[in-house]
Amino acid sequence: MKEQDYDSHFSVPYLLILPSMIILTFFLYWPTVQSVILSLYRTAPFGSRKIYSGFDNYINLFTDPTYRASLVRTSVFVLVTIFGGLAISLILSVLVNQKLKGIKIYRTIFFIPYAISPTVSGSLWVFLLNPVAGHINYFLDLLFNIQIPWLTNGFFAFIAIIIATIWKNMGFNIIFFLAGLQSIPDSVYESARIDGANSFQIFRKITVPLLSPTTFYLIIMNIIFTVFQSFGIVDIMTQGGPADATNILIYQLYRDMFVNFRLGLAAAQSVILLILVLIVTFFHFKFVSKGVHYQ
Amino acid sequence: MRKSRKDFLNKLFIHLLLIVISFIVLMPILLALSVSFQPRDQIFSYPPSLIPERLYFDNYINAWNLVNLDRLLLNSLFASIIVMFGKLALGVLSGYAFSHFEFKYKKTLFFAILFTLMLPMQVRVVPLFVFVSNLGLANTYSGLVLPFLASATTTFLMRQHFLTIPKSLMESAQLDGCGPFRFLFQILIPLSGPALAGLATVNFLVMWNAYLWPLIILNSDEMKVAQQGVKMLFTSASERDWGLIMAGTIIVVIPTIIVFLLAQKFFVKGIATQGIKE
Repeated sequence: MKEQDYDSHFSVPYLLILPSMIILTFFLYWPTVQSVILSLYRTAPFGSRKIYSGFDNYINLFTDPTYRASLVRTSVFVLVTIFGGLAISLILSVLVNQKLKGIKIYRTIFFIPYAISPTVSGSLWVFLLNPVAGHINYFLDLLFNIQIPWLTNGFFAFIAIIIATIWKNMGFNIIFFLAGLQSIPDSVYESARIDGANSFQIFRKITVPLLSPTTFYLIIMNIIFTVFQSFGIVDIMTQGGPADATNILIYQLYRDMFVNFRLGLAAAQSVILLILVLIVTFFHFKFVSKGVHYQ
Repeated sequence: MRKSRKDFLNKLFIHLLLIVISFIVLMPILLALSVSFQPRDQIFSYPPSLIPERLYFDNYINAWNLVNLDRLLLNSLFASIIVMFGKLALGVLSGYAFSHFEFKYKKTLFFAILFTLMLPMQVRVVPLFVFVSNLGLANTYSGLVLPFLASATTTFLMRQHFLTIPKSLMESAQLDGCGPFRFLFQILIPLSGPALAGLATVNFLVMWNAYLWPLIILNSDEMKVAQQGVKMLFTSASERDWGLIMAGTIIVVIPTIIVFLLAQKFFVKGIATQGIKE
């Protein structure tokens, strides 16, 4: 009898990959290529007419004050969300990285918001921040005697979507910070204590630097989350308003596609986002290869 | 003695701090829950009450009827289960190819799959909509789930997992005349329970929580999914009917929380290796 050898089934691995490849080709690669092509055309709203227009869509975007404002707004949104979100998550991670009875319950609680969808997160925060029945303004009034027009004032609406985004993504950051913290050996802390370092010094001089690979990874992932996945939060909470104050790039793209029906222009915006992802991923890979040396 | 007393007080302090923070973290959910059981006049009373006077279920009934939540939840459940199994099946097959076989173009194909991590839904949504519509699949379940079925993450994680299963197992299976497919179904898959459960949870929630794609591809009320229901609560409820809106939101989030709590251990592991995801 012939001995079974898996290498003799030379077509098997291709058969195994085939279903995945079909889906990825038609629903991921092909549309991405189409995005690039479509971005070079001017499309008539509702009609199927397409006119080749070279880089006109890109030129129009970058000369359009609305789009440029959205670009700047998104950058501020991303920076504030990441800085605030990572700082809060790091503090909470240190708190739940203790050997304490029941610590797992607290960890579970801190993870929960990450499982919740952006739409639900937006909905919960719209209620909390509403000026009449919401509890946040009630407490602010009680403690500081102030009333904040959260969703009707541009500045505060911007803060509101940042709060909801930070809350939603916190769990993800904590999971990674916690893994990072647990990989720091106890001996490092012990020797620092013997040398007379206090808790704050240990946090600043040991924990933060040793966590920097995790932090870097989280910055990359958070850029992607805040740029792409905040759509649901914005759509529920503000629809980009008031007066464009929360109109971030992904929301502008949606508007141009489904409200204004300018497919070419929307495709050009997709390509700009794609370039952004590629840049971010490039930094990620560069960092990962460095990280290997670091270990 | 004194040291252990100090230690005790220290621990007590940390517990108190963590309990307070836990309440703050859960506040949006807890207050939504509280309001969802309050009648309108209690919601608008001042000061706002934290605890409902009695359990008032009308908000739930009204929310359920207002946006046809039964239909939306069933649609979401159906789509999420299809995506959960479909993604797992495709990921197991392709992961197995990369973990147990040597073949021409292996590296190229592996890279080609991993590269799709960089193509989130949002950068291909415009042509994807055109393409799926041209296939005649707009406003259908197939159109809804197909773009979610294959993923680099599931392939990658299944490969990583299969690599941890000793090679000797495959060799002895080969000697016993066990073919590659029987080896996969009778040996590898039964050994992969926890990994499969973790990915299943994450993939279920990816579909359950998805919003942009359903919003774009589904247009009739009977096809819509639960996340769209949340938006519909805001557009169709009479203004500021917070009890109803929060009741509807709670209904939509309950499956998320149940799935998360049931599979928390796997879920955390699952996302700990997660890449870019829609």
